[in-house]
Amino acid sequence: MFFHAVLFYAFATVLIGAALGVIFARNPVHAVMFLVLSFFQSAVLWLLAEAEFLAIVLVLVYVGAVMVLFLFVVMMLDINVERVTGGYAKYLPLGIVVAGLMVIELAMIIWRYSGEVVSASGFAVMPEGYSNTEALGAVLYTEHVYAFEIAAVILLLAIIAAITLTMRHRQGLKHQNIARQVSVRARDRIRIVKMDAERPEGEGQS
Amino acid sequence: MIGVQHYLTLSAILFAFSIAGIFINRRNLILLLMCIELMLLSVNFNFIAFSRYLGDETGQVFVFFILTVAAAEAAIGLAILVVLFRNRRSINVQELDSMKG
Repeated sequence: MFFHAVLFYAFATVLIGAALGVIFARNPVHAVMFLVLSFFQSAVLWLLAEAEFLAIVLVLVYVGAVMVLFLFVVMMLDINVERVTGGYAKYLPLGIVVAGLMVIELAMIIWRYSGEVVSASGFAVMPEGYSNTEALGAVLYTEHVYAFEIAAVILLLAIIAAITLTMRHRQGLKHQNIARQVSVRARDRIRIVKMDAERPEGEGQS
Repeated sequence: MIGVQHYLTLSAILFAFSIAGIFINRRNLILLLMCIELMLLSVNFNFIAFSRYLGDETGQVFVFFILTVAAAEAAIGLAILVVLFRNRRSINVQELDSMKG
């Protein structure tokens, strides 16, 4: 259990450092990389809390898809880094004050009331052979099946929205129209003309 | 011993940092989106800690849905960002004032 605490504090420290890196990085690419690091640290912390399925989902879906999407967009947009991050020190004191206030308030509330409610023994010990994925699936596909279907619709909506937003109809592009190609008939394309055979000029003399 | 209060404190620190990030990086739209991602991560920490503390999987199901919605939000937000950059050649928030009266 002591080892557990050491792991928690180590990964939490790196997580906080990575979060600081996200908000202070000058280069947006570095900020995305710090965000990837913080997601990895969070996945490890979730593993420590025995939420294995969500930890793996976080790495696969979030780091593998969403962060790569961020990285693509950051690298595609040709951002003038100096101009965008100028005026950086102007809001720094305000940000520090707000963050400090929030941390102090939340920590005071958490530690004030946790002494009465939470026992010092940490999380409950799960029984032998307990599978987090199995338990999650058992709840997800029975109790929350409607929410699951709505989530599927939301993802479909995101696909359609992203494609329609970024699709450009440029003029002058040559493209196939399959329906017109299939529905074309021979008599629309060629015209058969009845005419007498003609002898080309000069062919008769030779 | 690591309990729910440690996780809650960690998530409070993360949330406060992401709020500070929104204050500090007021100009760069892409960094604002990243701070929102960080904020959602800290909220997920709360859900997971309480789910483990109460021994109830519903909190983890909720995290699952938050991840889904956050992925959709990131996709649509980045699409809007790309269109915006294509039209305005800038993602500086303070230059996006064409609807200002």
